[in-house]
Amino acid sequence: MDNLQHIEENGITTSSNPQISTSSNLYTPYLMTVEKVTQEAPGVKTFRLKFQDEEAAEQFSFKAGQFGEYSAFGDGESTFCIASAPTRKGYIECTFREAGKVTSSLARLEEGDTMGFRGPFGNTFPIDQWKGKNLLFIAGGIALPPMRCVIWNALDTRENFKDVSILYGAKSVADLVYKHELKEWEDRPDVKLITTVDPGGETPDWKGEVGFVPSVLEKMNPSSENTVAIVCGPPVMIKFTFPVLEKLGFKPENIYTTLENRMKCGVGKCGRCNVGKLYVCKDGPVFTGAELQALPPEY
Amino acid sequence: MEKRFITQASINRWLTKIVNDGKHLYAPVKKGDRVDFGRATSADDIVFDHIQTTQSAKSVAFPRTDVLFSYEKEKGKVQLENADLTAYPETVVFGLHPCDAAGFNPLGAIFNWDYKDEIYNARLQRTVVVTLACTKADEYCFCTSVNGGPGNTAGSDIQLTPVKDGFLAEILTEKGEALMKADEAAFEADRGDVKEEFLVKLPEKFDVKAVQEKLQTAFESPIWKAQSQRCIGCGACAYVCPTCACFDIQEDAHGTKGKRLRCWDSCGFALFTLHTSGHNPRQTQAQRWRQRLLHKFSYMPDRLSVRGCTGCGRCSRACPVDMNLSEHLSSI
Repeated sequence: MDNLQHIEENGITTSSNPQISTSSNLYTPYLMTVEKVTQEAPGVKTFRLKFQDEEAAEQFSFKAGQFGEYSAFGDGESTFCIASAPTRKGYIECTFREAGKVTSSLARLEEGDTMGFRGPFGNTFPIDQWKGKNLLFIAGGIALPPMRCVIWNALDTRENFKDVSILYGAKSVADLVYKHELKEWEDRPDVKLITTVDPGGETPDWKGEVGFVPSVLEKMNPSSENTVAIVCGPPVMIKFTFPVLEKLGFKPENIYTTLENRMKCGVGKCGRCNVGKLYVCKDGPVFTGAELQALPPEY
Repeated sequence: MEKRFITQASINRWLTKIVNDGKHLYAPVKKGDRVDFGRATSADDIVFDHIQTTQSAKSVAFPRTDVLFSYEKEKGKVQLENADLTAYPETVVFGLHPCDAAGFNPLGAIFNWDYKDEIYNARLQRTVVVTLACTKADEYCFCTSVNGGPGNTAGSDIQLTPVKDGFLAEILTEKGEALMKADEAAFEADRGDVKEEFLVKLPEKFDVKAVQEKLQTAFESPIWKAQSQRCIGCGACAYVCPTCACFDIQEDAHGTKGKRLRCWDSCGFALFTLHTSGHNPRQTQAQRWRQRLLHKFSYMPDRLSVRGCTGCGRCSRACPVDMNLSEHLSSI
């Protein structure tokens, strides 16, 4: 009798006699105070959030790449990565674009208001395994936030890595997020930053590149030697960037990305974020190019 | 496991005692021309000779809508109140068939495979499951093809099998024993009835192990499109399924007060995976049908060591366009 047959004929004993904690449940968020609101770009805001419960604040920790479910009480929850770095303690940040009902409701919150947060969920960027390597970050549009977490994590432990390069593109100059941080990275001698905007999105005084991320990457021609590439962007950018990276000699196992399928629960139960048998919320959101190649194209 | 004998009259007395003790009795009852689970106030309400209820019994632990927590907002501040896990009613779900009781295994696996869902667990812990073994089946039943059977006891605390002049009662768990003791005198000594002689004979319709193996390489197969061509994406199959656990999280807000709810959902709906951007990883009904079958017969066995199907046949009975799961699986 195989295991499956055994379970179907006899039942799983543990599931009918579980340990029950009555104090909390998986779906109850932490209450957070919106401490600071930054308008990053048209329709894009960053919130700095503080835990209202001191004990929760002390116990909370996360790693680069993890995400959470952010609540607007009255309208529901939305899924975003944690955009601040785990090396910056005492708060978390999220950056989001006003797009649907929940994000529009969140965008109406003001400093001092209360919202909810559940997390951290999902896996992490294996930043410890990247010690001694060059890091190449490639991001498009509103996908810089998930990468910002790992960029600051790397820059806060800069001695662990060799060259750090960042290629960031957006539709237009106005759509670039974290403008003050882009300036900071640009000014740092130990970071190479290239920014680009789509053709037609430049302003008269724009000094960066003009062109789509994949073609700018090809022109940038980074070495794949001892380098990991971290790519975040809309599906179309990912689709055209991966072949360029492979042409540049990057092996799929040295390319990392985060997937952003729709989620509700964040904990592997609601059933909608799976790609084949893998759950973006539990097995991801961070996947290597090699892992993606083994998955059906369901993202 | 202890065996007893009980007559119909004694069952009625026992159930009356259970109701009088304040427990919720949830059983197959007449609803118009259907037989479906509902609250029974006495044994007289209960239908004993049905083949299958319209809905499964999963709602005792996973209701159609469940409150996760409630909140009240005041001047930018929020007060939360968790769902009170101790307030769920003590429930006896009676008269469900073995395929429904078996459904609590896959449901429990999903709700507990890493993070523990205390709401589901608390509801199930307060529920005693008394199954009625099957002496009848229809053309949609296929429990024997998925390692179940008309007398399968997985998930049951007590199983009753209709025998001559009464019922063979198998007391399977401590919870079952405690429930029997609500009126132990109603249960007589075992008469030595051989259960199998009274059960319906249901031949296997397909080899589930072979199906599971074939599904490993079937992602790009043309069968999904062929099978789902007439699917209208109504989601009825998921709503009647004893193992479908997919849910949505919704807000029920009125002014400054509100509740966050968990509601049943279905992978058959186009909106299920739709991103705010408009991108949809499962754009076509064929992709969604593939997800439904692969989830139940490939992903769940691989990840949770349990299949997402107990062979109750409801999805096929309920389907308005007559899609038949066991036929589809047989053709694979």
